[in-house]
Amino acid sequence: MSVSRRNFLKRAVKGSAAAAAAACTTVAGSPQPANALQREPKPLAPEAVGLLYDSTLCIGCKACMSACKEANHMPQEVGPDQPWNDTRQWDTPVELSAKTLNVIKVFTDGNATQKDHEKDGFAFLKRQCLHCADPSCVSVCPVSAMTKDKTSGIVSHNPDACIGCRYCVLSCPFGVPKYDYNDAFGQIHKCQLCKHRLAENQLPGCADVCPTGATLFGRTPDLLAEAKRRTALKPGEYAHYPRGDINGTVGGARDGHEKRVEVAYQSHIYGERELGGTQCLSVSAVPFDKLNLPTNVPDYGYPTLSEGIQHTLYAGMVGPAAVLGGLVYLAHRNTKDQHDPD
Amino acid sequence: MTSLVSHDAAPSAQPAHAPVGGRLVTVPFLIALAFVAIAGFILVQRFAHGIGAVSNLSDGYPWGIWVAIDVVIGSAFGCAGYVMALLVYILNRGEYHAMVRPAVMASLFGYGLAGAAVLVDLGRYWNFYHMMMPSYAQPNSVMLEVGLCVATYTIVLIIEFAPAFLERFGMDNARHKLSKVLFFFIALGVLLPTMHQSSLGTMMVILGHKLSPLWQTQMLPVFFLTSAVLMGFAIVVWESVLSALGFRRIMETAELARLSGLMVYTGLAFVVLRFVDLAVRGQLGAVFGAHGAVMFWVETLLMIGGIVMILPVASRRRGKALFVSSSLFLAGGIIYRLNVYIVGLIPAVGPWSYFPSLSEILITVGIFSLEVVLYLVFVKKLPVMHAVSTKHG
Ligand code: SF4
Ligand code: SF4
Repeated sequence: MSVSRRNFLKRAVKGSAAAAAAACTTVAGSPQPANALQREPKPLAPEAVGLLYDSTLCIGCKACMSACKEANHMPQEVGPDQPWNDTRQWDTPVELSAKTLNVIKVFTDGNATQKDHEKDGFAFLKRQCLHCADPSCVSVCPVSAMTKDKTSGIVSHNPDACIGCRYCVLSCPFGVPKYDYNDAFGQIHKCQLCKHRLAENQLPGCADVCPTGATLFGRTPDLLAEAKRRTALKPGEYAHYPRGDINGTVGGARDGHEKRVEVAYQSHIYGERELGGTQCLSVSAVPFDKLNLPTNVPDYGYPTLSEGIQHTLYAGMVGPAAVLGGLVYLAHRNTKDQHDPD
Repeated sequence: MTSLVSHDAAPSAQPAHAPVGGRLVTVPFLIALAFVAIAGFILVQRFAHGIGAVSNLSDGYPWGIWVAIDVVIGSAFGCAGYVMALLVYILNRGEYHAMVRPAVMASLFGYGLAGAAVLVDLGRYWNFYHMMMPSYAQPNSVMLEVGLCVATYTIVLIIEFAPAFLERFGMDNARHKLSKVLFFFIALGVLLPTMHQSSLGTMMVILGHKLSPLWQTQMLPVFFLTSAVLMGFAIVVWESVLSALGFRRIMETAELARLSGLMVYTGLAFVVLRFVDLAVRGQLGAVFGAHGAVMFWVETLLMIGGIVMILPVASRRRGKALFVSSSLFLAGGIIYRLNVYIVGLIPAVGPWSYFPSLSEILITVGIFSLEVVLYLVFVKKLPVMHAVSTKHG
């Protein structure tokens, strides 16, 4: 009896190992993205809007940072090097935080003298929410506190719904949402593309004040076309660079400017494909991995994988219901059996 | 033999389960109580000044030990009830009957306290009830599924454990009625952990490149379910051996030997699958040098140690071997889950680092101490343990 049971177990384990190996192969090994457990990637929202950030135009003045603070009523970030009792404290954020929704960062190499050079040079990067086409933060939020607008595609946050689980913080591939850990009633903060200003036909704070057009607002397809135009430019060429809204509608028409292309653009347009695409795009003369953006990433969003698993297992709850039926039957039969003293 | 679901035991017959009895207020009991008090003190600070005041959590590591240990690992400890119910009521292995009730109790504590830990960790805990409200539900969220599933399972565990209460307080009528429908809750009690234990793995799939290739795979739900079953077996074996020593009870040797066989095969399946998965993903090279490689080996060697220890069938009848092996499996399972939730994490745009603060640790210790306190009260005062005088013991 016990021997045959042992054999049965051995066979069962071997069998299930083989089955699992087969499952492994179909699940993890199939050519991406045609994965057995992957849902369809999400298309760009019909009226998707965003920002095009051109690192070569950025002069690092950080006007966008203070405009962002003002537009969103965000507090100062006082660095540890400033005396706490100094009445002339100033805002010195170095990274996105619960107080800072937008930050200009700089890459440097060697003596850092030449703008937009990888060697002995420096280059700027603007960090803020990229408003992903298929955002992880929205996919993970259990209480619909992170939502993506059906038409504009803007990803926004509702603190009144949020339970503060910080799953969005954990899951965002770009490290964007931030929680305020030093507040008993802390909340999540991230860029919402100044949707309150857009509602009044005003530009997002950053794009509104950018003096060089390095931060340009527009419909994402238009921004992508503009990015393609720029990345095709040759050094030495002169080009026209718009400011504000690329179409001149939001926030009123503004003058652009002519500028000589000093350093060749990278052909890579960040956000065109990364993780299913993002509504905010960047172009640069320095490779994006130098600018601390994840470059070795698939061109589908990670929610396609996790939701793929969930949708397969829990489609209409048919699977769980069927399993429960079987379990109820077995439990009923076996509890009855086991009532008899043995 | 009577059971969790049985009733109508002839008046002359010995009850199947009996309180262990003995003095409640002992030194270990007081020590555990002291830790609970310390945690309570720290909690006041946490709620007055925020999570940052007591923990080292950051936006790079937004989830620390409160999630990884209290919830993810704690609930695996709670899988004892799950595997025993699965064996006894679904696979009809009546011989393990005596172990069901203590296992269900362990699960009840594991899950109940995981729930308590969640409330400590949630940044906006006053909105917690939104999880239960359809108007807020976001069905794509793996966390919503886990949350609802765990909450329901805790209720199911309470119902499964109710017979012990009803028996203690002589409410035979209610117990009789409950026993008529208990099979339904037993079935639910098997389905729900299958769902949420696997989903605890799925939760981390969405991290993509932010989780080391040593652990990032769409097989995460399979590994989490397997490790839950493994840890469930291990905790039952471990606890049986220990309580046999601690409360000077006769060891249920034959059942334990068979149970540890199941444990060892589950452990084997886990380790083999891990390597198959790495190979299929072309990440075998990652075991030397990828982020977290050292901890990968700690996890794997602990598992292998657990397997080797009781691979010889004869060793499965020796209390010491069983104890060491189940401890190794538990440790392996703990490290695996810790690796997936903390060690393997590669935060975006660093530098970030995380090691729990003393206060953070003391809260976790306090929660586990509460578990110990409750365990001692329940075992000594309620008919949980298989009555010693019963022949089957
Ligand atoms: S960048 Fe992060 S926060 Fe912004 S939409 Fe994408 S996933 Fe969400
Ligand atoms: S922290 Fe808030 S917004 Fe972020 S996932 Fe949790 S509930 Fe949603």
